[in-house]
Amino acid sequence: MATATDTLVDAPRSSSSERTMRDVRPGRVIAWTLLFLGGVLMVMPIVLMLSTSLKTSDQIYDLRIIPASPTLANYVSVLTSSEFIRWFVNSTVVAVISTASNVFFGGLVGYTLAKFDFRGRYIVFLAILSTLMIPTEMLVVPWYLMASQFGWLDSYWGIMFPGMMEAFGVFLMKQFFETVPDDFLEAARVDGMNEFTIWWRVAMPLVTPAISAMAIFTFLGNWTAFFWPLIVTTSQDLYTLPVGLSSFAVRQTVQWEMIMTGASLATLPTLVVFLLLQRYIVRGVMLAGLKG
Amino acid sequence: MSVAAEPRRNDHARSGARGLSLHAKRVVWAWSFLAVPIAFYVVVRFYPTVQAFWLSLTNWNLMRPAQFIGFENYTRMASDPLFWKVFENTFLYLIIGTPVSLLLSFLIAYFLDRVHFLHGLLRALYFLPFLTTAAAMAWVWRWLYQPVPIGVINSVLSSIGIPQQPFIQSPSQALYAILATAIWAGMGFQIIIFMAGLRAIPTTYYEAARIDGLGEFAILRKITLPLLKPTTVFLVVFSSIGFLRIFDQVYNMTTNDPGGPLNSTKPLVLMIYQSAFSSYDMGYAAAQTVVLFVILLIVSLCQLWIMRTR
Repeated sequence: MATATDTLVDAPRSSSSERTMRDVRPGRVIAWTLLFLGGVLMVMPIVLMLSTSLKTSDQIYDLRIIPASPTLANYVSVLTSSEFIRWFVNSTVVAVISTASNVFFGGLVGYTLAKFDFRGRYIVFLAILSTLMIPTEMLVVPWYLMASQFGWLDSYWGIMFPGMMEAFGVFLMKQFFETVPDDFLEAARVDGMNEFTIWWRVAMPLVTPAISAMAIFTFLGNWTAFFWPLIVTTSQDLYTLPVGLSSFAVRQTVQWEMIMTGASLATLPTLVVFLLLQRYIVRGVMLAGLKG
Repeated sequence: MSVAAEPRRNDHARSGARGLSLHAKRVVWAWSFLAVPIAFYVVVRFYPTVQAFWLSLTNWNLMRPAQFIGFENYTRMASDPLFWKVFENTFLYLIIGTPVSLLLSFLIAYFLDRVHFLHGLLRALYFLPFLTTAAAMAWVWRWLYQPVPIGVINSVLSSIGIPQQPFIQSPSQALYAILATAIWAGMGFQIIIFMAGLRAIPTTYYEAARIDGLGEFAILRKITLPLLKPTTVFLVVFSSIGFLRIFDQVYNMTTNDPGGPLNSTKPLVLMIYQSAFSSYDMGYAAAQTVVLFVILLIVSLCQLWIMRTR
């Protein structure tokens, strides 16, 4: 599977990579140029955001993309006058813990449903899968009630608890564990490993592509989540980055260079990290899309 | 490996007979692995689902305990002009957003798949928006839509002689302006999935078609599109659900009057948010969430059915 998608991801369509300059035809050049212009248009909002974050307030009407005299003053000002660093920490904690939990439990449940034979297995799978049909918006009122009854409002746990396990992860992991040969697990069993160790030490390392796909999705989903964190947090100290940015931007009203700086701060960390990992992410998205 | 394991597995089973049989032991392991997740799904998913249905039949408003009022919330919704406006808006997001974004994504993926020169760079350009935070980019787009001299789009328009547009300040344009932001944010994912689908079609099909003398368009219509159907179905359902649940962009682009101007951009999820957490009208909000659930269910089933029979 991993090798199949490797070729899917890296090389443009098949044998045609042998084509050389002889094949440069006007149609191709036009298609390439249009695609390139379209691509530039797609990243333009991001480029303009970054460019404006480097301008002073009297330069923002100057629409040049490379600022005349770039400055980091906005960043210093935003970081010192607001709680961006705190929000950054909050988002990181929430996203990391949620991702770890989803990988652990998603892997465990997916493995159990794929590799153990017991009565009720299919019902458990269907029941977990059926939660995909329930939009989270439908659950926010009961979750809010639950959080307020247990005193979870305005806490990390309050932000995280609804997303500690997602049905999609179970589905993805089950699909992948089904491709793991029983022989490997049987051999480990003969060696006297207990079932938990077999799962953790033998089975999990065999499905790393699925784990990374799932980790990327969960992390990104939690990092960019807005609706539930907006509901469950009321004090500035517990805002996640998107919620904090939103409240920050409302207070700035017309200082667009400040808002663009805030938006850059909220976007850049994932953009940089994920750009470095682009290959794996594209592969992960493809894997998840094909399996899903 | 399996040959060596076979005979030994038997005496392993025999030794297991001391207490539980090997099979029974494994069943115990299975349920102990599932115990915490099952408890989680029951407490955090199933119970709240039932509770949402129940709350939709009550007048609970945080102040007094919930009282059963039958279908009053639903009849109230049916006679609430705001609800119908919101319903129309949500439907517009869906009915325009899904086809436009899928058509664009398919065209881009189709050509991107055939381009080799700087392929990785082009793909990265289209994929980048997928990695951004919707709430942050909503503010960027809000800025792009500002009037001259702040807004880039209006500056470009006026420099080529087109009059300024009010965009998110106009009740007739705001919804489309916000929708453009949402389409932009979702296209990277759709393009990648379409490309994965295109790559999964065996090249031999294309080669055979070329030998038969089919033109590019005929190949697209007779081979590519039919074989791409599973991918298309997945994306149609996935992006429809996304547009029906639109919130982040609308909320952040209209903070001075959420869902405005004049409720012209308010989607169902924003109405739910306001009913529940601005008016604390929890019962009414729960009824709206049930409507959202039913719409999502119908759309998923409809689309699957349409795509199957065709």
